[in-house]
Amino acid sequence: MNDTIPGTHIEGQVLLKGMDIYGPDVDLALLRQRVGMVFQKPNPFPQSIFDNIAFGPRVVGLAHSKKELEPIVERSLRQVALWDEVKDYLDENALSFSLGEQQRLCIARLLAVKPEVILMDEPASALDPIATLRIEELMAELKKNYTIVVVTHNMQQAARVSDYTGFFWLGELVEFSPTAKMFTRPEQQLSEDYITGKMG
Amino acid sequence: MVAGIRSIFDREFDEVRARLTRMSVLVDIAIDRSMQALADRDTKLAEVVINGDGEINKYRFQIEEACLTLIATQQPAATDLREIIAILYMIVEMERMGDYAAGIAKTVILMEEEPLLKTFKKLFKMASISRQMLADSMQAFSKRDPILAQEIADRDNKIDELYKVIFLRLIKIMAKDPEMVTRCTYLMWCAHNLERIADRVINISEQIIFMTTGTLKEFG
Repeated sequence: MNDTIPGTHIEGQVLLKGMDIYGPDVDLALLRQRVGMVFQKPNPFPQSIFDNIAFGPRVVGLAHSKKELEPIVERSLRQVALWDEVKDYLDENALSFSLGEQQRLCIARLLAVKPEVILMDEPASALDPIATLRIEELMAELKKNYTIVVVTHNMQQAARVSDYTGFFWLGELVEFSPTAKMFTRPEQQLSEDYITGKMG
Repeated sequence: MVAGIRSIFDREFDEVRARLTRMSVLVDIAIDRSMQALADRDTKLAEVVINGDGEINKYRFQIEEACLTLIATQQPAATDLREIIAILYMIVEMERMGDYAAGIAKTVILMEEEPLLKTFKKLFKMASISRQMLADSMQAFSKRDPILAQEIADRDNKIDELYKVIFLRLIKIMAKDPEMVTRCTYLMWCAHNLERIADRVINISEQIIFMTTGTLKEFG
């Protein structure tokens, strides 16, 4: 939706398995199924837990009837370790749950449509330490099956959860390395200065 | 801390602990084989020990790298941090113990041309006590037992007594018969290496006490 902003222009390409996502023939609905997004502030729909999860499959045509949707809802909630907590409250409004639970619900919502890539924009910045750890553990579990790209200002979080770390400074990608290397032997002086707190 | 919530960290830390245990086993095997080679004047076995020292060294560097990564990426604190620091010291001690075992093996090869000298039971007693100290130190580490670590440190007196007896006996032999000097010197090296092995275990015990109590204590 960046193109709705006046004056926006795009240079270069963003390729998803070779496909330019800004290409003229890209099906945006399909793109949004393939690439899920988790926002900084949890944004469940003001609907029941069940309807939050079922929304995506209904829209993309994966399932329609309650009978078809129920296993999808359960699987998605199990994937985020939320099923046992909410299985007796599926009709409850999602907004009545804690922020940590809401964020996991948002992740479950996108998992329901089987994405390939998950984008997370500071997914735990609004959460308490325990909820943050739960999200990080979830990321560690999900990365076995999904490519996850996380944007975070929390260096320690980046170090804890990621396999690769990219350091951006003023719009430029300064360094991209395996995380262990980035935090023990960064190649660029700018990376070293930022990680050690000498700059930034 | 909610139990089990840091499963990434726990998994990686457990792997480090497992590697540390395997390293201690390699060191124990090296000491055992070097003494066996000495008893049997088995130069082939001695070469196995010498060549195997590289494997012990490799473990040291791998564990060091893993600890470095853990510190950089998982930000351990309190007991976890003390344990990682303790491990970093322990692997250096164990690597030196492996060097001492290889040193004993080298004397077997050097002594090959020397006429047979009756070796001392006390030398093997030193080895036996040192190996048990190492095994018990790993037990103290895995069980987080500072009392056992302290008790291990107390056994060093026995090692020092045995070393003194062997040292004085060898001096006496050399004084009586100059032709025995080379052989006795090699055996003195063996005794010295075994005494140093025990000293290294004492250092490990100090680290275990630091790890479990937060207190830096020096023995002896």
